[in-house]
Amino acid sequence: MAILKTDNITMRFGGLTAVDNFFVELEPGEIVGLIGPNGAGKTTVYNMITGIYTPTENKIYFEDEDITGYKPDKIAKLGIARTFQNIRLLDNLTVLDNIMIGTHLHLKSSLFSAILRLPGYTKEEDELYEKSMELLKRVDLDEYTNDKAGSLPYGKQRKLEIARALATDPRLLLLDEPAAGMNPQESAELVGFIRHIRDEFDVTIFLIEHDMKVVMDICERILVLDYGKTIAEGLPKEIKNNPEVIKAYLGVDLANA
Amino acid sequence: MSKNKERLLSLIALVVLAFAINFAEKNLDNYTLRILNLGAIYTTLGVSLNLIFGFTGQFSLGHAGFMAIGAYTTSLFIMPPMYKEMSFIIEPLIWPLSVIQLPFVVALLLGGVLAAVAAIIIGLPVLRLRGDYLGIATLGFAEIIRVVSNNIPQVTNGALGLKGIPGYSNLWWTVGFAVLTIFVIKRLIASSYGRALMAIRENEIAAEAMGVNLTYHKVMSFTVSAFFAGIGGGLLASLLTTIDPRAFMFVMTFNVLIVVVIGGLGSITGTVMAAFLFNFFLEYLRPLEQGFNIGPLAFPEIPGLRMVTFSLLLLIVIIFKQDGLLGEIEFTWKGFFSFFDRFRSAEGGKM
Repeated sequence: MAILKTDNITMRFGGLTAVDNFFVELEPGEIVGLIGPNGAGKTTVYNMITGIYTPTENKIYFEDEDITGYKPDKIAKLGIARTFQNIRLLDNLTVLDNIMIGTHLHLKSSLFSAILRLPGYTKEEDELYEKSMELLKRVDLDEYTNDKAGSLPYGKQRKLEIARALATDPRLLLLDEPAAGMNPQESAELVGFIRHIRDEFDVTIFLIEHDMKVVMDICERILVLDYGKTIAEGLPKEIKNNPEVIKAYLGVDLANA
Repeated sequence: MSKNKERLLSLIALVVLAFAINFAEKNLDNYTLRILNLGAIYTTLGVSLNLIFGFTGQFSLGHAGFMAIGAYTTSLFIMPPMYKEMSFIIEPLIWPLSVIQLPFVVALLLGGVLAAVAAIIIGLPVLRLRGDYLGIATLGFAEIIRVVSNNIPQVTNGALGLKGIPGYSNLWWTVGFAVLTIFVIKRLIASSYGRALMAIRENEIAAEAMGVNLTYHKVMSFTVSAFFAGIGGGLLASLLTTIDPRAFMFVMTFNVLIVVVIGGLGSITGTVMAAFLFNFFLEYLRPLEQGFNIGPLAFPEIPGLRMVTFSLLLLIVIIFKQDGLLGEIEFTWKGFFSFFDRFRSAEGGKM
């Protein structure tokens, strides 16, 4: 069973077709990359999967459930977490709070038991705290627990955003340009980190990335978007040599050059 | 410091507060008591506005509307039927309001509940708006409440307002409800729900992507805020013993907003301090409006100069100290003692 299936989804903004008949099927445990030049519609695909946009045509299925038109928070509850191209941390809150907000969706206690601090709530709160602390240790951010998220170095902020997504207990993780703005050493570490979380947290990963080294290193399968259309799909080495892809990226037709 | 020890200290503080109230009620003159009562009511109002504006980041200007609902509800339920018959001269008060009389606390809570219900009804559509648009929409709501209260004389006695409301409000009630408000809102903020509210303030899109249900949390915060605003309105009505629709014009919301901004968005301790300071200054700046001389310059009588002073103060805070009086410092017992420790070690150094 595919964990995610987008059945030829199309997104139009007025007369502009941002994404045209996008089809992907992700198998559990895969790491799949989505690449393409700027403005190709990659983030729009993400926004459709996570419920920020509703596709103009056709449907999205998560573990065989039709999630088209669900609100983002409901989709997060079902098990799809994401990070953002421009980091969206809660800058003025601590690293721990950022993580704990990710666990809020699992809270069962009512507002009243939270205000009255009934035993049911305090127990749950303790559990969320333990879980968040453990997660911080597992991703090696525990030394920053009480620092403000906004004060962290850039690379750590990226990592924290991924950790926060993991706090929601996702089965599918969407990473929007996780290596953006990183130096080569940081991106090499990131590759190891993404593999590590795939294995340790048992998630399927779908990532957008511009850093070709990262993409080729990590992805088991790659899709290429250009002007909203999928122009190629395959193994990293197939993509590397695909003339359509080279044309899309370099703007020249190598065969004619 | 352990949780139990902090709890004990808070309990002791409450007992001390009770003695202080007892002392104040017996020994202070009415004028000072009035200021203290207003300070406590503004604490309730300010802390509740801070929940929706400071902690949840939703710019709501509807506080006067919720206060009006609370004030009218409380007044109508505590006024003796005989009084109601006498004061409703345009049109008689509709049955069964005309015959019901309830204990003060029940009437206050009813006022809070009605304000909360109004908040749910208004909040569901309106809280989809953001920033200034939300401000304008909630402001519109407050105006609607005011205009409606002006135009249903069979319930509100129209523009004449209600007079002879029993003056039950004293420091026990006003401070008691202020403490309750602080207690509930502090606990709410420190819970998982509170973190979700702050996530909405910091970044709505990220919060939603992490599974925070925006509608539920915003409406929840709005409703809790309105509940306490309603109670604040009821306390105010019983303190002033007379209300009319003009009391709930935008200026009312603006006063609470001054308290919240000067006290600091997202600072409960700051709001409490600002609430009392605001009411003290409102009184002690009175001479400003009666005309005064600075050297050879003679200033004539200018009614409203106090509010100009506050507006200036607000501007200064917004420009130079955006996080308010105390910034992010909240009162904690730990902070309280470390402050005195520092003081003591500084003293020790001198000797």
